[in-house]
Amino acid sequence: MQGITKRFPGVLANDAVDFEAAAGEVHALLGENGAGKSTLSNILTGLYRPDEGAISIYGEPAHFDSPSDAIDAGIGMVHQHFRLVAPFTVAENIILGEHRPEARSFVVHPRRIERHVAGLGERYGLAVHPRARVWQLSVGEQQRVEILKALYREARILILDEPTAVLTPQESEALFGTLRAMAREGRTVIFISHKLHEVKAVADRVTVLRGGRNVATLTAAEATPRELAALMVGREIELAKRVERAMPPGETAGLFVEGLGVRGDRGEEAIRNVTLTVREGEILGVAGVAGNGQRELAEAITGMRPLSRGSVRVGARELRTGDPRAAIAAGIAHVPEDRLGTGVAAGLSIAENSVLKSYRHRGISHGPILNWGMIREVARDLIRRYAVATPGPNLRARDLSGGNLQKLVLGREFSSAPKVLIAASPTRGLDVGAIETVHAYLREAAESGVAVLLISEDLDEIRALADRIVVIYEGELSGDFDPETATVEEIGLAMAGGERG
Amino acid sequence: MIAVERRLTQPRWLTYVIPFVSVAVAFGIMAVVLLATGHDPGRTYRRLFDAAFHGSAAWTDTVTLATPLIFTGLAAAVAFRMQLFNIGAEGQLYIGAICAAGAAIWLGPDHALTLTILAMCVCGAAGAALWALIAGVLRAFARTNEIITTLMLNYVAGLLLTYMIFDSASPWRDVSTVQTRSFPQSVALKPSQFWPTVTVFGVSVSFGFLLAIGVAVALWVLFRVTRFGFEMNVIGDSQRAARYSGMRTRRKILAVMAISGAVAGLGGASQIGDFSHVLDASPQGLQGAAYGYTGIVVAALGRYNPFAVFLVGVLVGGLQNAGLFLQGADFPIGLVGVIQGIILFCVLGGELLVRYRVRLGRRPVAAVETS
Repeated sequence: MQGITKRFPGVLANDAVDFEAAAGEVHALLGENGAGKSTLSNILTGLYRPDEGAISIYGEPAHFDSPSDAIDAGIGMVHQHFRLVAPFTVAENIILGEHRPEARSFVVHPRRIERHVAGLGERYGLAVHPRARVWQLSVGEQQRVEILKALYREARILILDEPTAVLTPQESEALFGTLRAMAREGRTVIFISHKLHEVKAVADRVTVLRGGRNVATLTAAEATPRELAALMVGREIELAKRVERAMPPGETAGLFVEGLGVRGDRGEEAIRNVTLTVREGEILGVAGVAGNGQRELAEAITGMRPLSRGSVRVGARELRTGDPRAAIAAGIAHVPEDRLGTGVAAGLSIAENSVLKSYRHRGISHGPILNWGMIREVARDLIRRYAVATPGPNLRARDLSGGNLQKLVLGREFSSAPKVLIAASPTRGLDVGAIETVHAYLREAAESGVAVLLISEDLDEIRALADRIVVIYEGELSGDFDPETATVEEIGLAMAGGERG
Repeated sequence: MIAVERRLTQPRWLTYVIPFVSVAVAFGIMAVVLLATGHDPGRTYRRLFDAAFHGSAAWTDTVTLATPLIFTGLAAAVAFRMQLFNIGAEGQLYIGAICAAGAAIWLGPDHALTLTILAMCVCGAAGAALWALIAGVLRAFARTNEIITTLMLNYVAGLLLTYMIFDSASPWRDVSTVQTRSFPQSVALKPSQFWPTVTVFGVSVSFGFLLAIGVAVALWVLFRVTRFGFEMNVIGDSQRAARYSGMRTRRKILAVMAISGAVAGLGGASQIGDFSHVLDASPQGLQGAAYGYTGIVVAALGRYNPFAVFLVGVLVGGLQNAGLFLQGADFPIGLVGVIQGIILFCVLGGELLVRYRVRLGRRPVAAVETS
């Protein structure tokens, strides 16, 4: 597969990008959000048609009118958000939408397909039972199903969109092994990421996109992370590194959670017996693989989810549980992991969203009547102070980019002068520049005496920010690591539940 | 190849132009139908317009037919704005009519008209609000789907109405003469209890119509300048965001259901006080008119904006008025239905074009398909 050139005028998502990946290599596609990675992969998978330029695959010109053309040409894609049908088995998911006779015949032979799938799994180290139902699988296993799906369709070119976002360090290692095995067989693996060390770990070559252009294609082994980061952002940046804060954590407990038990959406025990203390001015990092109770923990503390056991205290005050308004009144600010669906009402304006919690305050409303002039004033102030890039306060929150949306949420939460801040995956999906900003705000919050609970799947982030690290695994906390001394392996082991092994 | 894809941006002018284009297309299609059935399209359109909007007599009828549609349209708009799909305006209107008629019958003819009107409105609105709250409580506390419950309650309300007039000796039923004992009907309001009308430029405008305008203004104020309206907007956009920001979503669901029901109930009261003066349980009566269901269409076309709902209500009322006028020996009722259907179909179909665009030929940006 060589020589792809395409351009997207109008938005100019891809500006005359040349991209080539050789058979038998793992090729990383690196870039910030909006750099054009997704557009490029969408063109390659037939979802978009390029306005200019041509694709050729193994030397033959290719022309895709729809995603099924791309699949027929041997291109497989593993999306960040899996496209699996939860009640179906692994094998059923794999043949879904498949065109070849084995899967398409009127009478499906499940056993034959299952054998085929099991064989593939063995060959590439993708252990997952073909007859298991998807909802029973962990996130890592679901990802394996997606990869198996592509392999079953005999994909010669496999694209993975930020595949490690949901994995533990150990699971990521295993995935890298699989990817390399596929490359050795002569397949092409395109690995989209913005994590530098992963790119270094797995890729043979790296293509860096910035502003829709191909900035450089380098050999991964020869590039330094610093160099790659500079290419990606267009300037020298500080890689996530520990910065000593001017104010050390205080002694008094800001947030105290005791014996917490919380049920998840399916009624399962999502959090069992969690006790934790965050001191004023301290950042406590909660590491863990997604889906181990992080969401339930954050929601329970902020009152969005009722507790089945235990208590939450802010300072000396015990909260009425299951009541977000009580948590807000007690001074708990919350940056939710799902910022677009929970952190803002996406269809409403920036102005409306900037008073989402404070609209009841005197001045912003008088009795039952809103003061729109004041609301716009509050919004303009937030936009200015937190450098939210927007044409004005009347823009819908949905139309903000991820980084600017997060600035809006953070700004709103900070401006309520909180005592406690619960930040859940605050930088997920953000680009390097925005991550820097968010980290700076979190440090600033801690310095002003706020007790910060940072829940994140990004271990680098936690190691860079937290004063102490605990690990959440299947609803329980373990470990109390010092980020200065703990190794990634130690923490990673706890994230995989290793200690209880 | 034809592809339908979502518009990335919705130009503002499009929202204004498309309705007119849709109506023009509707008239084009209708011309074919009319020619095929041997009618002169030009003349028919002329009669259609004249019947609905030409002269004070036409306007009087249009306003009369529009009044209940504005009420039910506003009722649906209130709830739908908060993504609360109350399709029970139909039943809530029956209950409003029952309660308002009950109030009038109980009071008797010897009270001041102001008191009678007030009592009818309060009873009609309160009764319908309580009726709507059945579905509201189920939704708020048991997470029951309100579409199903409100729809089912429509049938319950309809059967209750029938029962009260045809199958029982309720206080609503007139049993004073032999004739009414064999042909059941309700106690009629006395002329002293009829709601007043005002004449504007020769058009006789009922009190109910003015009340509907008042309700539309009140709802606009509620949506635009109050905390309550703000909370409705947030809940309508994202229930999770509303819960996150500490809003009491349950209370809001109950309140909005009650307001929605009350508005529909006022429509029922106005039917009794303004127009029919009896509680008509026959198939040609309230239950035949389907005001509640038409109101949903009115609300959707008005994009849940109270003033737009008002205008659309008048237009749809005019269309129904014209339909009544057109039908006759040479113009069967079925054809009237076809014409009304074509107009509504085209206007609703046109709405789709505001949000989506149709592309002919090859598609540079394909509709999203999952692989």
